[in-house]
Amino acid sequence: MDMLAGKVKLTQQSVTSAMNPSAALDRPIRIEARDVTVHYGAKQALFGISIDIPDRAVTSFIGPSGCGKSTFLRCINRMNDTIEGARVGGTIKLDGEDIYDPALDVVELRARIGMVFQKPNPFPKSIYENVAYGPRIHGLARSKADLDEIVVSSLRKAGLFEEVKDRLNEPGTGLSGGQQQRLCIARAIAVGPEVILMDEPCSALDPIATAIIEELIDELRENYTIVIVTHSMQQAARVSQKTAFFHLGKLIEEGVTEDIFTNPVHKQTQDYIMGRIG
Amino acid sequence: MATDHITAAREISQERTRLVRSGLRRRHRNEAIFRGLGIAAIALALGFVALLFVDMTRKGIPAFVQSNLHLEVFFDPAIIDVGPAPVASEFASPAQYQAADLRWRRELALLNWNRILEASLMAKVPAGTEISSRELLSIPETNARHQLREMFVANPDLLGRTVPVDILASANADNWVKGNINRSLGDAQQQLSPAARTVIDAFEADGTITNGFAWALFTNTDSRAAPASAGLLGAFVGSLYMMLIVIVLAVPIGVAAAIYLEEFAPKSRLTDFIEVNINNLAAVPSIVFGLLGAAVFINYMHLPISAPLVGGLVLTLMTLPTIIIATRGALLGVSPALRQAALGMGASKTQMVFHHVLPVTLPSILTATILGVAHALGETAPLLLIGMKAFVAQVPATPLDQATALPVQIYLWQGNENRNFFEPRTAAAIMVLLGVMIVLNGTAIYLRSRLEKRV
Amino acid sequence: MNTLAVAGLLLVLLGLSYQTGWSRSRALVTTGGQKVHSRPQYHGAYTALWTMIPTLLVLLLWAWLGGEITHNYIVSQIPTDVLQSLDQAGLNATIERIRAIASGFGVAGDVAPFEQTAGENLRNFQMLTNIGVLLVAALCGGAALLYARKRITARLRARNAVERVINIVLLLCSAVAILTTLGIVTSLLTEALRFFTFIHPFDFFFGTVWAPNNAPGSGNYGRYGLLPLLAGTLMITAIAMLVAVPLGLMAAIYLSQYAPRRLRSIAKPLIEVLAGIPTIVFGFFALVTVGPFLRDFGRLVGLNINATSALTAGIVMGIMIIPFVSSLSDDILNQVPRTLRDGSYGLGATQSETIRKVLLPAALPGIVGAFLLAVSRAIGETMIVVLAAGNAPVLRGNPFEPVATITVSIVNQLTGDTDFSGPQSLVGFALGLTLFVITLGLNIFALYIVRRFREQYE
Repeated sequence: MDMLAGKVKLTQQSVTSAMNPSAALDRPIRIEARDVTVHYGAKQALFGISIDIPDRAVTSFIGPSGCGKSTFLRCINRMNDTIEGARVGGTIKLDGEDIYDPALDVVELRARIGMVFQKPNPFPKSIYENVAYGPRIHGLARSKADLDEIVVSSLRKAGLFEEVKDRLNEPGTGLSGGQQQRLCIARAIAVGPEVILMDEPCSALDPIATAIIEELIDELRENYTIVIVTHSMQQAARVSQKTAFFHLGKLIEEGVTEDIFTNPVHKQTQDYIMGRIG
Repeated sequence: MATDHITAAREISQERTRLVRSGLRRRHRNEAIFRGLGIAAIALALGFVALLFVDMTRKGIPAFVQSNLHLEVFFDPAIIDVGPAPVASEFASPAQYQAADLRWRRELALLNWNRILEASLMAKVPAGTEISSRELLSIPETNARHQLREMFVANPDLLGRTVPVDILASANADNWVKGNINRSLGDAQQQLSPAARTVIDAFEADGTITNGFAWALFTNTDSRAAPASAGLLGAFVGSLYMMLIVIVLAVPIGVAAAIYLEEFAPKSRLTDFIEVNINNLAAVPSIVFGLLGAAVFINYMHLPISAPLVGGLVLTLMTLPTIIIATRGALLGVSPALRQAALGMGASKTQMVFHHVLPVTLPSILTATILGVAHALGETAPLLLIGMKAFVAQVPATPLDQATALPVQIYLWQGNENRNFFEPRTAAAIMVLLGVMIVLNGTAIYLRSRLEKRV
Repeated sequence: MNTLAVAGLLLVLLGLSYQTGWSRSRALVTTGGQKVHSRPQYHGAYTALWTMIPTLLVLLLWAWLGGEITHNYIVSQIPTDVLQSLDQAGLNATIERIRAIASGFGVAGDVAPFEQTAGENLRNFQMLTNIGVLLVAALCGGAALLYARKRITARLRARNAVERVINIVLLLCSAVAILTTLGIVTSLLTEALRFFTFIHPFDFFFGTVWAPNNAPGSGNYGRYGLLPLLAGTLMITAIAMLVAVPLGLMAAIYLSQYAPRRLRSIAKPLIEVLAGIPTIVFGFFALVTVGPFLRDFGRLVGLNINATSALTAGIVMGIMIIPFVSSLSDDILNQVPRTLRDGSYGLGATQSETIRKVLLPAALPGIVGAFLLAVSRAIGETMIVVLAAGNAPVLRGNPFEPVATITVSIVNQLTGDTDFSGPQSLVGFALGLTLFVITLGLNIFALYIVRRFREQYE
């Protein structure tokens, strides 16, 4: 409780900067990023990003393509580590712990922060094995029955169980695009993460599948902290409680979603929302 | 209620973190092991390359040095009692001169040149040493008498004169000098008699035998009777002819075929068939090409057996698919923008290909050619089947003469009974072959890296 | 025929014809002022092609028939009574003497009067025919040149005609590949069928004893059972694969997934050096270094290992194939989309877990294809086995003993011998056919698998 109180206090401090209205969400802070920069070789991709991400809410990153929103998302679970020549500066804290602390194990971090990618990427294995993959490598199940339960409940949470319960042993690549993406969500859930990062999860899907995923995100919000990158402002408006606008590697504006869309402070944000840049 | 919910969730996540942590050590250890296996595999592969090169060098280097005898040879008129050499101007036709010359040479060949050799050797033997003429003649190379005769043929004025001559020591004497043979073995196991061994030691002490660079390895052809003078020249020239044939035939035909298939061929069953054909030909074992050569070129077309021409043709057919595939890959890599630009300027398709596309791909074609030729140069098996393993003592004057090739020479030498002498020689031949290979492959890799930088 | 004269004629005709076509084309442009379809170079090439093709045809015709005609002329010069007294060898010798006299070299010894006259006649004949042929060739070329010159008009599509010829030449070049396959198949099939007239196919394919009687002339051919050779081939291949696949695959994984860029740029070409080493070198190395080492090692641990054995040949062959396996696997691992790897990392998998549990299963079909290609290569490998496997065509399962393979037996039965009259040498083609069919099947299957795999991720 003390820790939480501390967080709230911290949030209140940032409120005074008037730049940060996230206190309005009345949520404790889960992730706080300060002055995050990213270089790919000689090229700088992010310039001093500072943002707080609230617990059990959906935060969306919007902005024109190439603005750095995905790059920042990939900093949160250190996926940039896998790219040769990428350097990350500044601090990102999860529950007050610096995730770029050399003593921190990236494996453990990624178990706590799951990720869903732009293009559905089920492994070329059965549906069951896809979901069981995470629990297996992390040793989360003590027995086969345990594992079965994790798989079933993850598929349920991802709203996919009813559709695939009779063909758990068929390859995951045989599902439709929307089903594949929900399978990937189930796969991420199975590890029991606290935060789920979603990198334009609907960009490869048709409107109906998109609607199903959006509904799912809204349900998952109850139990998970969700960060979603999207190029669709409507989507950001529909699913997120907090929105951050990125442009040319800089965080231009952030705040409660309604405020951003109805009352943007910055001209660039206005222009983007009105469709003048993008 | 909400707080309970949060607490429960926290407990679950703490439980999960605990489980993940408990497995971390094991998983990182596995990671390290896996990585270690990768490094080990690389190290093993590279270690083997290093071992092979070091071992061949270690075995081969002694063969680049060879024992030489320095003698004073007296061309004794008492032994060389033949008339003067015939002069061409005294004869009516070239044929008659040739006949007379042959007669004169035959007379010379019938002389006992070993007696001259023996006398010059005897002059160097320390006084009081008992040695039979057979034992004494086991010290110089068996073809030393031919060497003296050739000297005389080239210069009949030597009659009655004493001149210094360098002669190769025999393979056995060379082994003894170099210590390739265990000196403590009993007489029964030694190739040389005790007297010969004593004389060699004496020669070595007084400088009559010295070790010098083995020029014979590069200036002589193979020799069976006189192993110490066996060299690679014939095989080298044979290989050179074959390489020339491969370059002259395989490169134009291969590039032309690739251009046709990639640029002009209509998509049809026939071109599909050709394509499948080429892919499979590239993987046909080389020995099958040897069978093709034996059946078609030699048995059906009656081309000369053991000739570099046939070898070159077989290797050409073997190399063609490689060059075609590489050239097609290079053509495929040319950007469509370049093609469209050329066509847009009103060039015909043929003009586009030959004036714009082909020049861009030239470096990759060159690289593929070098690699293909290097591969053909090292190929042995098909050549064995078209008779190129026959013993050939002359440098082939044309690609139609009998010849052998560098790798086949290695094969022949490794099978020689005089292992003590021929194992180093084989290793030396391998060093020469590998040297040529490294130069060729190095050029190709250099060209490729230059090319990759430019693109 | 005088090479210099022929080369001179060809060069003159080539230059003349090209120049004619070119200047004619220029004349059309400058004097006529018309719009000419093709550029002058094409008219030049067009005329040159028209001129050179008939000229070359005449010369080739003479090269083909000339020898025969000259030979017949010489025979006709020999008096009938002499001709009847000569056998084949004597006739050839006489012809050679007459040729020598005609060339001015002369012969040693006495010259028969008829030889002298025949030699002189032959010299005249040769001079006449040479001049005649050159003249005919030049006339044909000249006539064709004039015809082609007349055809050159502004509307002539010279470029299209020249390009059509280029096209045909290119097509002929690619037909060489088909001809090669055709040559392989027909020569292997016909000679193998001849072999089967001596030995029943059943005795060949299912025989368990390989004991050819290589003494020619005797009615006893010996026994030609394929199975011992097949077993030896498979055993060596299996050992080679046990060495090459783990090492090649791990090397490819390390180089493509782990190695820093610098190490990769050094280690990759170095491993490729292995692929450039001639197999005879590997064979010699196996024979003089690896074999004795294995024998001594066996003695140390109480195993009876022969210096030349299936094990020696298999290990060295495996090492030879490492670069082949590793470069193919490298290719295939790079084909697996990055998103799959990201998905696994995103779930918290370590790098090795991602490789073992996602990357390799996804790449499996491609790797199987690469494996089959490597098997086909091992089966067809010859020199290592010839030198290091010991050549003992006996059916047995001990890898420490010498064995023989299909390729070794082809070399043994066929080396230098092109008198394909008995089964002793013909069996080489039956073995070659077996080898060809096996490797062809493996290749087609492997290329099919690899292509399917590539399409899956395109």
